[in-house]
Amino acid sequence: MSTRILIVAEHDGTRLNPSTAKCVACARTIADADITVAVCAANAATVATQAAQLQGVACVLKVENAANEHPLAAVLAPQIVAVAQGYALVLGPSTTFGKDLMPRVAALLDTVQVSDIMAAESATRFRRPIYAGNAIVTVEVESGVQVVGTVRIASFEAAPTASSAAPIESAQVQADIPTHTRFVSVSAARSDRPDLQTAARVISGGRALASAEGFQILYKLADKLGAAVGASRAAVDAGYAPNELQVGQTGKIIAPELYVAIGISGAIQHLTGIKDARTIVAINKDAEAPIFEVADIGLVGDLFQIVPELERLLGS
Amino acid sequence: MKRILVGIKRVVDYNVRIRVKPDGSGVVTDGVKMSINPFDEIALEEALRIKERGGAEEVIVATVGPADTQPQLRNALAMGADRAILVQADGAVEPAVAARALLKLAEREQPSLVILGKQAIDDDNSQTGQMLAALWGRPQATFASKVELADGKARVTREVDAGLETLEVDLPAVITTDLRLNEPRYVKLPEIMKAKKKPLETLALAALGVEVRQRLKAVRFEPPPQRQKGIKVKDAAELLEVLKKKGVLA
Repeated sequence: MSTRILIVAEHDGTRLNPSTAKCVACARTIADADITVAVCAANAATVATQAAQLQGVACVLKVENAANEHPLAAVLAPQIVAVAQGYALVLGPSTTFGKDLMPRVAALLDTVQVSDIMAAESATRFRRPIYAGNAIVTVEVESGVQVVGTVRIASFEAAPTASSAAPIESAQVQADIPTHTRFVSVSAARSDRPDLQTAARVISGGRALASAEGFQILYKLADKLGAAVGASRAAVDAGYAPNELQVGQTGKIIAPELYVAIGISGAIQHLTGIKDARTIVAINKDAEAPIFEVADIGLVGDLFQIVPELERLLGS
Repeated sequence: MKRILVGIKRVVDYNVRIRVKPDGSGVVTDGVKMSINPFDEIALEEALRIKERGGAEEVIVATVGPADTQPQLRNALAMGADRAILVQADGAVEPAVAARALLKLAEREQPSLVILGKQAIDDDNSQTGQMLAALWGRPQATFASKVELADGKARVTREVDAGLETLEVDLPAVITTDLRLNEPRYVKLPEIMKAKKKPLETLALAALGVEVRQRLKAVRFEPPPQRQKGIKVKDAAELLEVLKKKGVLA
């Protein structure tokens, strides 16, 4: 018998967020998964087309309502509940979108949530990190219970594009949509650089960059490498970098091919966010910094000399 | 009376190095320093500041957990909470159960705002606040970095992946706090003495009419895989050379 899995798509109205392909990848590891992706939007057509291209997706549901223009948990949750009937597993990404929304869905479904799924051993048994990644717990859900979960996106390779697209259907949803929550604004720092959460290469800076101006030298190096830019909590707290660049337990958890930590000492909460990186490079003037304990390649020295030097060498 | 209800959780102190028990039955908590979950401390601080600005008359701190949580509740009272409620529950409390207990307290106390940390640093679940908001049928504003109250509404700035999002929610509402919302105050000795006289009510989970359910079972705990210690290079040129050799750079 197949396991019916519903995945709540994350998107910005026009583009499907790569986190959704990670959720599909997680769902595909479950035996006989029958995967549906729900796209809640004001106009879902564009995003639904993208979701239908993902390998492993059997069906895409458009859940359209003018109230869905912005992803408000209180607005989306009752609509997801309305379509979730009959699915053994309801998954969303463990991004701020999914973390906000999915527990609200779980509570309305009167069920439990498994947060930050890093592996699905079956449709009822999952592995997840706790204590900032200092322990891994295997949890089992009582049989017969509908499970809501968020997928730790750094743990999965995005599902590839399929050779043929899945069918797209429109869901007719009867739900009470509250008006007590209203979107005001979002200050999205638009950039041409790769997205931090899904970039193959990330250059991150810490407190040793010493100022917001100092932090700027990372951007030039990042451009040379086609990398996204991240920051430690110390650098964000000091105002050198905006909060959305924070990498770590309370920021973004990432798994790039290459992670370059520049002037970052390596607090545990930061290391939690980069553990899954393929190759970690650390540049720090303190040879005793904890970051060197996890780095594959360490370079002890003055970052203000090394970074321009790297940039020069890469440019030639 | 305008009240704020603050949910706190007793957790292993964030400075403690976490060790998994050799038999895989849990993490070592015996003899380990316990504290208020840091995000909940931020939640309490925010409630106290709102009260100090005249936005509330009473701050109630509540927890759902073991009897051992009394010291953390006393600490919260010393920070400035007016009274404390301990909903006693032994063993692991699922967020769905904690949310139901907090719902009962919200129905009883009728707060205009419930503030909690965005996640507890032990289970890292990040569920309780959202679940409470859902069960209560009220708005939620999670991961807050700024909270402004006016005219029965809250304007909340949230730390989201894209940057900063601002929502307006009708009160009562549930807010969960992110790191940069504020810096909690230090407790002074006279406050600790005063806190001993503040009311601390103890209730059993069952007395609140909340069914204790355990639908999620932790079957095994393991330490995370360790990364191999790497190599050191002497300069930028050697670094690039090694990266090319590893195939990381073309």
